[in-house]
Amino acid sequence: MPEVLKAPLTVEFPFTRSLSPVQSAFLTGLRERVVLGVRTTDGRTLVPPVEYDPVTAEEIRDLVEVAPTGTVTTWAWNHAPRRGQPLDTPFAWALVRLDGADTALLHALDAPGPDAVHTGMRVRVRWAEERTGTITDIACFEPYDGDPAEPAGHTGQFEDPVTGIVAPARLDYTYSPGRAQTAYINALAERRNVGERCPSCRKVYVPPRGACPTCGVATSEQVEVGPHGTVTTFCIVNIKAKNLDIDVPYVYAHIALDGADLALHGRIGGIPYDQVRMGLRVEPVWTEGARYPDHYRPTGEPDADYDTYRELL
Amino acid sequence: MSKEPVAVIGIGQTKHVAARRDVSIAGLVREAARRALDDAELTWADIDAVVIGKAPDFFEGVMMPELYLADALGAVGKPMLRVHTAGSVGGSTALVAANLVAARVHGTVLTLAFEKQSESNAMWGLSLPIPFQQPLLAGAGGFFAPHVRAYMRRSGAPDTVGSLVAYKDRRNALKNPYAHLHEHDITLEKVQASPMLWDPIRYSETCPSSDGACAMVLTDRAGAARAPRPPAWMLGGAMRSEPTLFAGKDAVSPQAGKDCAADVYRQAGIADPRRDIDAVEMYVPFSWYEPMWLENLGFAAEGEGWKLTESGVTELDGDLPVNMSGGVLSTNPIGASGMIRFAEAALQVRGQAGEHQVERARRVLGHAYGGGSQFFSMWLVGAEPPTS
Repeated sequence: MPEVLKAPLTVEFPFTRSLSPVQSAFLTGLRERVVLGVRTTDGRTLVPPVEYDPVTAEEIRDLVEVAPTGTVTTWAWNHAPRRGQPLDTPFAWALVRLDGADTALLHALDAPGPDAVHTGMRVRVRWAEERTGTITDIACFEPYDGDPAEPAGHTGQFEDPVTGIVAPARLDYTYSPGRAQTAYINALAERRNVGERCPSCRKVYVPPRGACPTCGVATSEQVEVGPHGTVTTFCIVNIKAKNLDIDVPYVYAHIALDGADLALHGRIGGIPYDQVRMGLRVEPVWTEGARYPDHYRPTGEPDADYDTYRELL
Repeated sequence: MSKEPVAVIGIGQTKHVAARRDVSIAGLVREAARRALDDAELTWADIDAVVIGKAPDFFEGVMMPELYLADALGAVGKPMLRVHTAGSVGGSTALVAANLVAARVHGTVLTLAFEKQSESNAMWGLSLPIPFQQPLLAGAGGFFAPHVRAYMRRSGAPDTVGSLVAYKDRRNALKNPYAHLHEHDITLEKVQASPMLWDPIRYSETCPSSDGACAMVLTDRAGAARAPRPPAWMLGGAMRSEPTLFAGKDAVSPQAGKDCAADVYRQAGIADPRRDIDAVEMYVPFSWYEPMWLENLGFAAEGEGWKLTESGVTELDGDLPVNMSGGVLSTNPIGASGMIRFAEAALQVRGQAGEHQVERARRVLGHAYGGGSQFFSMWLVGAEPPTS
């Protein structure tokens, strides 16, 4: 069996977040080197603060300043920091209960090695030099053997509060299309369309999925289809997509290749867009080095009769 | 032992807008939940379980948001479930909650669905650059527009039907204070003159992108007896699914949609939906889906749905009003859109729909679909409790 294709897939997006008054005060506070918690109905102080009381579900807005010094309540050593983490040298992920708080905050603890970290150790905030109102305004925690710092009693009112943040997210995958689609893609490199027939319902799937979606059985019998096909339905695209270098208007069509039981998608060219019609007979047009046909163009054959493709729209 | 009857006793939603920058996601869901509790005159302590739904996590980039939303929804110490069926999720979520009551697992359940589309880009979330695959050559509308053309070919419907739907829904939205789009100067001519995006779909025949949440309180017979306002009773509810693409799929009138509707009608004893159902709130993200779903749901014979639209039957004062709220065409916080349909059906039979109230609405269908016509969920609610 030929090797199954694999390729990296990176998914990333700069998500935006609107902030509640509580989150806004917390992040603005970090910018001003003030750590704020919120007081619950039963008198505990939660850091980081939340909007709703975890016990009573009531809205809570009573902000209180806590100290930038605290105690490690538990931790785990990170031997190999990854992109985007607070430090680029090995560090401890630590839960730190700041002095004056009843809950612990997760952050990085800069320490020479795991032997230098223990539950109960005293730490303090190391502030980032440039602060914009994000959790990374705390660069990390660091060991500290002085007295607990005294909070100044800040009320959480700030000039120019932060009201939103951008939270970039990135996921790295290794993507494989699997056995059936690998065979399909390899055949496409020879400009052949090879699908698979379901042993039960006899339908031919192009591209193949390796299993029939209606019968639920594995497929393996390879069937070459096309290269000619029929436009079964279509739309005329009048708005330019950001990621596509195609001039509008153009026709995006469902094309049933001869011998296939499911239409695939493609662009129609070689004919004015307003003359494309259901039933138009087409063939693929390839460009050098492309994985897929660039577009499909009319073959000049008479249009297909509606009844021959009405199940393939 | 028969099922416990399920009643809707509280409904709440946010004013849907393009961007709610004044609240977090937690604040958004909280607002809808609080309004539903207030409608039912209940407190957080009266709720036994929470069932929440939203569209794919990629839409806001918060993985498993239900974990972080537990505090905001008073779910601490209670069961909390997340439901996920793409665009139909708001409907499926309500049905999962209803089934918990019907099975007597819980007495009173809070169900909620939301989307804060302004925090991301749904089109991006749906078109990740998968290696080796041919990129989709059209946007969301481009995916659906060929199906609309297929419907037009099959039914012989005139080109204008889509614009009639959009004109109606946008006018209905003017009567709904929670709707996102309030186009006070809308005219049929403006709809028909709006740019053709994915021919045959025009700009004014597409849905907006919204931030919003919708919540309902569902309860049993005892809970309904204590409710301060008239309940809506669930007379039938069902979900069906089918693959997005398979040989023989009818994208114009999917089998799963027909089967789902038939199941609901069987449960509710509906012999002729056109005669026995007073109004329909259905998931119409592009205007032409109104006539398509009218046929799929059995309100018209195949190829005849557009005639109901064209003759005014689906207008707010027509014989079978459709999308009294203004529909998805006027409000689309994707994950919440299905629940808004279900909630509108319940509002109507409770007589609480305000300016867009349909007179004598005794039985109303709520409908949702999603995932490339892959998932369907529907419920029929009535002003009277089920008889069997």
